[in-house]
Amino acid sequence: MDWHGILSQSLQQGLGPVAAVYCLAAIGLNIHFGYTGLLNFGQAGFMAIGGYAVSSFVATWGLSFWVGCVVALVATGLLALALGVPTLRLRADYLAIVTIAAAEIIRQTIGSVTLLKYFGGQDGLQGFNQSFASLNPFSTTVNIPGVVSWRAYDFWTLLVTWLLVALFCLMTWALMRSPWGRVLKSIREDEDAVRSLGKNVYAYKMQSLIIGGLIGGVAGIMSALQHSAINPSFFATDTTFFAYTVLLVGGAARVLGPVAGTVIFWFLLSFLDLFFGGATSGTNPLIPAAIMDGNQASLMRFIFMGLALMLLMIFRPQGIFGDRRELALDAR
Amino acid sequence: MHARPRTISALLVALVAAVLVMTGAASAYAAPVSHVGESACQKPAPRNDDTIHIQGCLTDLREKPPKPVPDVRFTVVDDQGKKVGEGTSNASGVFDISLGKSIDVLGNTYTVHLDKGSLPKGAALRNPKQVALKVTPKLSSDVYVTFPIGNATAAQSGFAIQALQLAVGGLVFSLLLAMAALGLSMIFGTTGLTNFAHGELITFGALVAYGVDALPGTITIGGTNVTVAVAIVVSAIASAVFGWVNDRALWRPLRHRGTGLVAMMVVSIGLSIFLRNIFQYLAGASTHQYSQFSSPRPWHLGPILVTPKDVFIIVFSTVILVLVVIALQRTKLGKATRAVADNTALAAATGINVDRVVSVVWIVGAMLAGLSGVLLGMTQGFDFQLGFKILLLVFAAVVLGGLGTAWGAIVGALVIGLFVEVSTLIIPAELKFVGALVVLIVVLLIRPQGLLGKAQRVG
Repeated sequence: MDWHGILSQSLQQGLGPVAAVYCLAAIGLNIHFGYTGLLNFGQAGFMAIGGYAVSSFVATWGLSFWVGCVVALVATGLLALALGVPTLRLRADYLAIVTIAAAEIIRQTIGSVTLLKYFGGQDGLQGFNQSFASLNPFSTTVNIPGVVSWRAYDFWTLLVTWLLVALFCLMTWALMRSPWGRVLKSIREDEDAVRSLGKNVYAYKMQSLIIGGLIGGVAGIMSALQHSAINPSFFATDTTFFAYTVLLVGGAARVLGPVAGTVIFWFLLSFLDLFFGGATSGTNPLIPAAIMDGNQASLMRFIFMGLALMLLMIFRPQGIFGDRRELALDAR
Repeated sequence: MHARPRTISALLVALVAAVLVMTGAASAYAAPVSHVGESACQKPAPRNDDTIHIQGCLTDLREKPPKPVPDVRFTVVDDQGKKVGEGTSNASGVFDISLGKSIDVLGNTYTVHLDKGSLPKGAALRNPKQVALKVTPKLSSDVYVTFPIGNATAAQSGFAIQALQLAVGGLVFSLLLAMAALGLSMIFGTTGLTNFAHGELITFGALVAYGVDALPGTITIGGTNVTVAVAIVVSAIASAVFGWVNDRALWRPLRHRGTGLVAMMVVSIGLSIFLRNIFQYLAGASTHQYSQFSSPRPWHLGPILVTPKDVFIIVFSTVILVLVVIALQRTKLGKATRAVADNTALAAATGINVDRVVSVVWIVGAMLAGLSGVLLGMTQGFDFQLGFKILLLVFAAVVLGGLGTAWGAIVGALVIGLFVEVSTLIIPAELKFVGALVVLIVVLLIRPQGLLGKAQRVG
């Protein structure tokens, strides 16, 4: 087996544009779940609204990409408001069910034949990224010889996404050491205590939902840009679950948790995929075809991922870099 | 009492092993006969040129296996109404119409017309309105179209009759939803767990029944083929065991450690991803049908059509639901269950063995979910994400009725199930789940405790 190839490709995934997009989504979830204790299971919905707002703005209506970005952010903010109003006064599990339902509503509506002429149905939209691609300063493949290499456009999206990650990490750090951030953390620990101190818990939760949702919307835009295409399958429920896994691997309520989480998560996911792919291919595979064929090999990474998420939550709920005292995760 | 981590991981391994053994057995038998139940169609041999063809295969779905329908004429017209091709189905029901070079064809819209007059006597399109299909080739591969042939459904009839016909389908679906929802609601009521892996309990039931169905040969008693009945019973028992294993290996140790409810919710997401991919590992990604469950001709009940299968499912699931609810209301164990749901600490203080009650709830809940999976598989076929696809509807039913109340889950499921089917009168069928989920959010806005929930502060 080509260990060098597997390791370098895995590293490329771990640092690549997809990992960076999931990092953005997880930073949003970190503000919701890690700092405020809000169970948002609909991050994919925020991403879908962001991505589709930009791409349909350009591809369907032929308007400016940059105005589309602004519209996308406004739209995700409105979604957060619309979801927050009915549910933020309710128990945590209600928010979870409503957000996951809302994300599915958005995905199925956008992918429907009825709205085909606006959003392209299941095939989605293409050709909306010229404005972004024209800013690309790189014209050749960017690589560290023998370790990683990216095509020019991939490297450009990767660079921009990681810069956004840095920006939002800085923002999270600044916000969470401010008095505002301390109120959020105390809402997570004991909502009633905060209310008894005269704080408007509902307003704080709403602000947190909107900020995290906006970051999710940015993740959606970047996801559309790096694929140069968008379709509803990018925003399935599993996307949210992946973002949660990224967050929990790194450690919730840590500014750099999502960054560490996404690199580790995508490295391992890609490693397992390449390993089992390699172990089942060829004339004399390492694992006999009677036990596992190529299709089954591609599932092994998700089997491991599910198992890892369970074990992580049971034995190390604070993640790899988290602080157990910071996050009790006992909110009812 | 704290269970040591080692115990938990040992039990987790046991859970994994149990899943692998049980479903592994199923798939091992599944392999040789997996083609049974699929249509008799043979696709034309692939060509090696760059033309695009419209292909299809006509089979009479009333027959088992489906019988090819020959000599049916087709014409293909482009979007200006110009005829670009025609064809006739051959002895194996296959038709194949060339559109020309892919360069000229891609992106254009064509309409395939079926000549109704050329259908054999007694056969009709299942959907009589659908004599024409629009296709838009987008990839340079052939386009495959289907025209289901069988008894005509009531699609040509009036609005009220259509609604009635859809309501029958809705009733079947909602009763199956109710079984799954009742299980979820009972588990939530007694343990507080929002179980995102409940969908996998549904799929598990369907998968075990598929394993029994795919066993070589048939199971007969006194000359009657009872394979399906056996499949239902075996899958109910296997699901019950699976539920017990779930609780014993994973959730009970977690409860004893004092793991938070949010953490448990995340664990259930991990379990869901894990099990769903194991199911796909074993059963593949394709949709399966039970081969030995023939579907007899429907009965005409006045203006609507009812299949014996619908009647069986309605009667069977109603009986099961009523039995469970009566057991909850009347038996000692049922009363203990409600006591635990009401106040666990108080129930424990009065001498109720909470762990035992929760075990029973898991057994019954998983059995209900498994049964609903088997029956869903009978009505619409199943794949590895059968349960995951309807999980949100199950949640919607439970929340709509009131989290944790038994009657609420059933009423909620009836509302959601009927709404999903009947709403297709007005909204496109592809958006029917969306409608149900919107109902969920609206109800939460107006009545957060659900239809039958107690009016109490829930946040």
